Amino acid sequence: MISFSRVSKRYPGGQEVLKDVSFLVDAGELAFLTGPSGAGKSTLLKLIPAIERPSAGSVVVNGQNVGALKPTAIPYLRRRLGLVFQDQKLLYDRSVYDNVMLPLSFSGLAPREAAKRARAALDKVGLLAREKANPIQLSGGEQQRVAIARAVVNRPTLLIADEPTANLDEESALRILEIFLAFHQVGVTVLIATHDQALVRRFGRRVLRLTGGRLDGAAPGA
Amino acid sequence: MRAWLRQHRRAFAAALGKLAAQRATGIVSALVIGVALALPAGGYALLEGMRALTGRVALDPQLSVFLRSDVKRTDAETLAARIKADPRVAALRFVPREQALKDLGAVAGLSDVIAALERNPLPDAVVLRSRDPGPQAIDALAADLRREPAVEHVQADAGWARRLAALARLGRLAVLLLAALLASGLIAVTFNTIRLQILTQRDEIEVSKLIGATDAFIRRPFFYLGLLQGLGGGLLALAIVWAGLALLNVQVVALAATYGTNFRFAFLTPGDALAVGLLAAGLGWLGAYLSVSRYLRDIQPK
Repeated sequence: MISFSRVSKRYPGGQEVLKDVSFLVDAGELAFLTGPSGAGKSTLLKLIPAIERPSAGSVVVNGQNVGALKPTAIPYLRRRLGLVFQDQKLLYDRSVYDNVMLPLSFSGLAPREAAKRARAALDKVGLLAREKANPIQLSGGEQQRVAIARAVVNRPTLLIADEPTANLDEESALRILEIFLAFHQVGVTVLIATHDQALVRRFGRRVLRLTGGRLDGAAPGA
Repeated sequence: MRAWLRQHRRAFAAALGKLAAQRATGIVSALVIGVALALPAGGYALLEGMRALTGRVALDPQLSVFLRSDVKRTDAETLAARIKADPRVAALRFVPREQALKDLGAVAGLSDVIAALERNPLPDAVVLRSRDPGPQAIDALAADLRREPAVEHVQADAGWARRLAALARLGRLAVLLLAALLASGLIAVTFNTIRLQILTQRDEIEVSKLIGATDAFIRRPFFYLGLLQGLGGGLLALAIVWAGLALLNVQVVALAATYGTNFRFAFLTPGDALAVGLLAAGLGWLGAYLSVSRYLRDIQPK
């Protein structure tokens, strides 16, 4: 569950990126966040894992007021979220498998259990056969799928993706969205930011539209 | 508890992996630390050797008492017996003037000179050893002996021993200063290598923070890295000191043999060697700690 109420974000320097944004994404819901580039989509998403803090208003994630979280509590918040970034943020000095293992190494999980989970996550995105490859050897779509596997390996209840289909061909983009849909179907809350209107229409889900830092109204999609 | 141990084992393994990956730079910084530490550690070993030597001198607190030449033999022998009865005297040998002349004649080159003498110029003498080897005790004993009317001159080695002891103290202070100076150097070296390591791992640190790594988790491998680097440097320093002393001893033993002793510089005691290793590891950890506190804060995901 994600709840924004009257959230504003102003960066030092004065520019107000988000203005009085309020919305609610229920547990188990799948929603798209759309809008032209520069509308504040990325900033909005960064408020959820406390990468940025709101200047005003409150951001509540799974019952926790994220804006008021102590710095030492933030890592534990992030472990319960699945984050997929526009630029994937994979590490190219290690294998696909080790990339997916990274979040599990923080939690001190037993190695056997961790390996099982990492392989399960890779299996879900259809890349189990490529576990030994270096991410640099994979296509853009495959790299994005590795990033998704890494995001879900901790079994989060909330999955957040920033432009996961940017720079991908239509087929790869569709495949990525189908993976998100599969997680949604097993009860994971999913919020996807994208500027690809065609894709959003095709899925016919709820759409949050940002323009110039303001929400247009949580109109249903399609 | 098991999770905690696993975390530390993982951090330790990560640090070892980084050390192995560094190769050349790792070896060079360990060498720098090793050489820097070898100086005070070697100096300490040399000083300890000197102390053993001066200790041996002080253990042989010999006094030579020369009697006036007009003292009769019977009086001289009575005086010798009286001195021997003094509880402060451990052993005593009476050297009659004839014996002294004969001994001198045995020294090469002097026999002709002695043969040319009309009469024996040497006095009767008493050579004694103090029970207490301390310079104060020897000084007090010498002063008492000087008060004897039959005594012409008392020669004690305490002054020389004292000068040597003062010199050793000075040397120890110099080694201590050197150690303090080079310890800060060691901290600076680890500070810098850890800084470089943080910079090369910037991506990993940023991603790890982004997906839920605690600061403690990110810091831990760097602490181990500093610790291992310091320890490696410490072991290298011990090896350098050991090799240096072994080389020195080849000459020292030959030199000591000409003086009829079998002196050689001893390697640091196991306790001292352990202290050097632990100190180096501790300083490495400190350097890593300072570096991590300073540079990890700057890496915040955007």
